[in-house]
Amino acid sequence: MSEYIIKNGHVFDPTQGIKGDKADIAIKDGKIIKDSEVSSKAKVIDAKGKTVMAGAIEIHAHIAGPKVNLGRIYRPEDKLFTYQSTTANTRMAGGFSIPTTFKTGYEYAKMGYTTAMEAAMPPLFSRHVHEEMRDTPIIDEGAYPVFGNNWFVMEYLKNKEIENTAAYCAWLLRATKGFAIKLVNPGGTEAWGWGLNCLSVDDPVPYFDITPAEIIKGLIEANEYLGLPHSIHIHPNNLGNPGNYTTTLDTLKLSAGYKAKNKFGREQVMHLTHTQFHSYGGDTWANFESKAKEIMDFVNKAKNVTIDTGNVTLDETTTMTADGPFEHHLTELNHLKWANVDVELETAAGIVPYIYSPSISVCGIQWAIGLELALMAKDPMRCFITTDHPNAGPFTRYPRVIKWLMSNKARQDQIKAFKNSDKVVSATNIAGMDRELSLYDIAQMTRAGPAKSLGIPSMFGGLKPGMDADVVVYDFNPDKPSAPDQIEAAFSRAAHVFKSGIEVVTNGEVVNNGHKRTLWVNAKTKENPQVMRDVQEKFIKYYSVTQANYEALGHHIVPNPYAIEVDATQ
Amino acid sequence: MTKTMTDVVCPFCGTLCDDLEVVVSDDGKQLKEVYNACVIGTEKFLHSQTKDRITRPRLKQPDGSWKEVSYDEAVEYTAQMLANAKKPLMYGWSSTNCEAQSVGHEIAEMAGACVDNTAAVCHGPTVIALQDIGLPSCTLGEIKNRADRILFWGCNPAHAHPRHMSRYSIYPRGFFTGKGQKSRKMIVVDPRVTDTAKLADVHLQVEQGRDYELLNAFRVALNNEWLPDVVAGIPAAKIREAADLCKNGRFGIIFFGMGVTQTLSKNHNIDEAIALTKHLNEFTKFSIMPMRGHYNVTGSGEVLGWQFGFPYSVDLTRGFARYNPGDTSSIDLLARGEVDAMFTIASDPGAHFPISCVKHIAKIPSVCIDPHQTPTSGVSKLHVPVAFVGVEVGGNAYRMDNVPIDMRKVVDPPAGMLTDEEFLTKVRDRLKQLKGKA
Ligand code: SF4
Ligand SMILES: [Zn+2]
Repeated sequence: MSEYIIKNGHVFDPTQGIKGDKADIAIKDGKIIKDSEVSSKAKVIDAKGKTVMAGAIEIHAHIAGPKVNLGRIYRPEDKLFTYQSTTANTRMAGGFSIPTTFKTGYEYAKMGYTTAMEAAMPPLFSRHVHEEMRDTPIIDEGAYPVFGNNWFVMEYLKNKEIENTAAYCAWLLRATKGFAIKLVNPGGTEAWGWGLNCLSVDDPVPYFDITPAEIIKGLIEANEYLGLPHSIHIHPNNLGNPGNYTTTLDTLKLSAGYKAKNKFGREQVMHLTHTQFHSYGGDTWANFESKAKEIMDFVNKAKNVTIDTGNVTLDETTTMTADGPFEHHLTELNHLKWANVDVELETAAGIVPYIYSPSISVCGIQWAIGLELALMAKDPMRCFITTDHPNAGPFTRYPRVIKWLMSNKARQDQIKAFKNSDKVVSATNIAGMDRELSLYDIAQMTRAGPAKSLGIPSMFGGLKPGMDADVVVYDFNPDKPSAPDQIEAAFSRAAHVFKSGIEVVTNGEVVNNGHKRTLWVNAKTKENPQVMRDVQEKFIKYYSVTQANYEALGHHIVPNPYAIEVDATQ
Repeated sequence: MTKTMTDVVCPFCGTLCDDLEVVVSDDGKQLKEVYNACVIGTEKFLHSQTKDRITRPRLKQPDGSWKEVSYDEAVEYTAQMLANAKKPLMYGWSSTNCEAQSVGHEIAEMAGACVDNTAAVCHGPTVIALQDIGLPSCTLGEIKNRADRILFWGCNPAHAHPRHMSRYSIYPRGFFTGKGQKSRKMIVVDPRVTDTAKLADVHLQVEQGRDYELLNAFRVALNNEWLPDVVAGIPAAKIREAADLCKNGRFGIIFFGMGVTQTLSKNHNIDEAIALTKHLNEFTKFSIMPMRGHYNVTGSGEVLGWQFGFPYSVDLTRGFARYNPGDTSSIDLLARGEVDAMFTIASDPGAHFPISCVKHIAKIPSVCIDPHQTPTSGVSKLHVPVAFVGVEVGGNAYRMDNVPIDMRKVVDPPAGMLTDEEFLTKVRDRLKQLKGKA
């Protein structure tokens, strides 16, 4: 494999506390090495006057699997004016809010993202998720199977059987080649099986005689029992409704008293995702307002919690979530086309297009809330930038979100551009916030932070010797004054991107398709005959496929797996 | 000695049963018996064992006779045909695995072809409708566990999807449906008294082609508004009764088939059926699902969807993907005589397309990749027999509810035969050379 030395760039690496100092980064055999160890054959990349960071990590996006593809299929209009033709290194690629798999890989790579997590894998459809990830080039990917409405989990937790829950979770992670324990509207999506919902953490789940709070706490305990790399990753109840911040606080409070147990350096026991959608005050759309401060007051103090933002990008997009009842609610509000898939014993999903219009005050307020969360974060290692792609906007808008976070001027310009800026300003705190995030903050929020939260800080998120050589050079000089749009332009098209030591992007164009891997977590537990009997029984009685076919994820479906081993037998 | 293989997947209809047991000879060369499958599924497996099977490609001679050629010659013919064509059509895909489809799409992209599957002649209107209005649906296990109201609209599973009712929709005892058939009310809407209709609690014998009116009348009934005495041949009172039956259930589903997609009003019927489903969700929980025919037509739509963004009738001739059914759909392309090479795989347009289209196929360079001899292989210049997918080679397929299932290989193909994927991979590699890309 080739050697590289990236010379004289301004390096931002939170894992080593480097804040823009000039340094050389050396790459050999796919890893970062000490710059003294590089040979004279190394290819020199001149990064003078440029910014150097580790590859960025997407902690939460909907980029592969059944609902993403249903979105593509049912929105031909999303392809309009987006198609790129075949090139020497790329397949033809199209789509805006739900790009084709090829485009997904290319666009992440061009922005300097080298690892991405699919945020909601319905276990029964894991094969589909993996087939799409196989066709998503360059970036490493993992996927979170959903557990928050799973019949096994609810039955075990009703009886407080943590060990059985953990054994089942480990089995399912193995069967689906999954990465972490995801919860979406715990209990509420099962209730949706009957057209109902759970809007608070204490709403009982029909028939199963358990509450969302019990599911959440039980899965925290199972997660820490196993010592998984990531914590539970939760999309709480009551998404998207005015006044829902109290439900969010109730959810966050469930983390109290739990401490992370794992060998991966992770400190949180709960990751709360797309927090923007859960930080709403008011009780109608008329008096809708930001409660970002109330949420961040809690998060800033709770060292055992991490969050991501879910920034609204003011685009026409496609919402999609395992929160079935929410999507039904949304289609009743905006009357746009509604797709839904309920998945036996496990989960559901809904899809509705959505237009975040700068002319609508609610959309402006949502935009402000997402930014406020990041601007109020005291510890950028625990607050990560996402758009909950494609829910609050497409991931291709990250450079724009970064611009808004780094430049007060860019924010003020946007506030002025809103049709109802007075309303947006009075319902939020954004207008008076003059904090501008630094490149170091950004490196924490998009690199080192997510890597630590995911339990993969030894591989990703930094530039220490020994780590994977995921390195990005942006054509952005931190020493020189710059217009806000320069930030966006630089982060949109990286000058160089290395993935596992291979140069995959040069001057914003894909030059190599790399060596994509699928990351998954192999948690070994003690034999648990009871759980295996329960699994067998449910397959015989209630599933529509056989257990053997459910478990048969072939090698050709996960072509290049990378297992993170966890030993939970002790 | 024999061995029994379990969890075998049936590669015939969209029901994609995965509980078959197949007895094979110890050397894995002969298939002896098939258990759990329906008659048509069993037939599909046994058909692979016929002695007079064609095992090598055949090229049609000027005098109309067939000459056996090698796979390499077949690869050459196919690659040259695609390289030289301005607007080749690559049609079919519904009875092969996703792996083969994926390689086929690489070829199509290189060749600048139109790619289409059998949705073009069955559930295409369903796709158009769901692009208009969405689709509230669910997996078949949800039906088994929860559904107490089952509507079959314009479909006849007793014949077309024989195990559908026993595995998923009518007879099984699920978690919340412990009494099986007794837990459910079955409504069939069909102008004919089909074997499915005979089993129904309520049979609405709709006038041929009047499905749209009846669907709309259901919605009027849901709102308790005025109806004429008779709509689409059904008395209003009976419509109200059926609508109430749906409303009063806990979880309902409409399964629909070609009786509504391919009759007058086409996608408008489906639009209205989906609107009805959405409407019913104001009262209870309701879903709707197309009864997909070929076992992997769903998979073809999925793979096209994630690779190009459109599920059928995809035109790659301009270097980027376009989708415009009526313009980029196979029948229209052939009927207008725009296609200058025809590549058919895993389907039989020769039997299902209008005669004018078939005549056009006969005029142009053409390849048919199919284990069987079919009307299409008969009109094509080159017939490439291949291994039976799901019998002699595994691979991924998507059930009618989009659930992916990995099919299993149960016996070896006859010596020297290629699979779809192997043949296509050779064509792809040769085409790369011809295009100067390798
Ligand atoms: S119902 Fe369909 S899939 Fe099932 S055995 Fe019969 S033909 Fe095969
Ligand atoms: Zn999400």
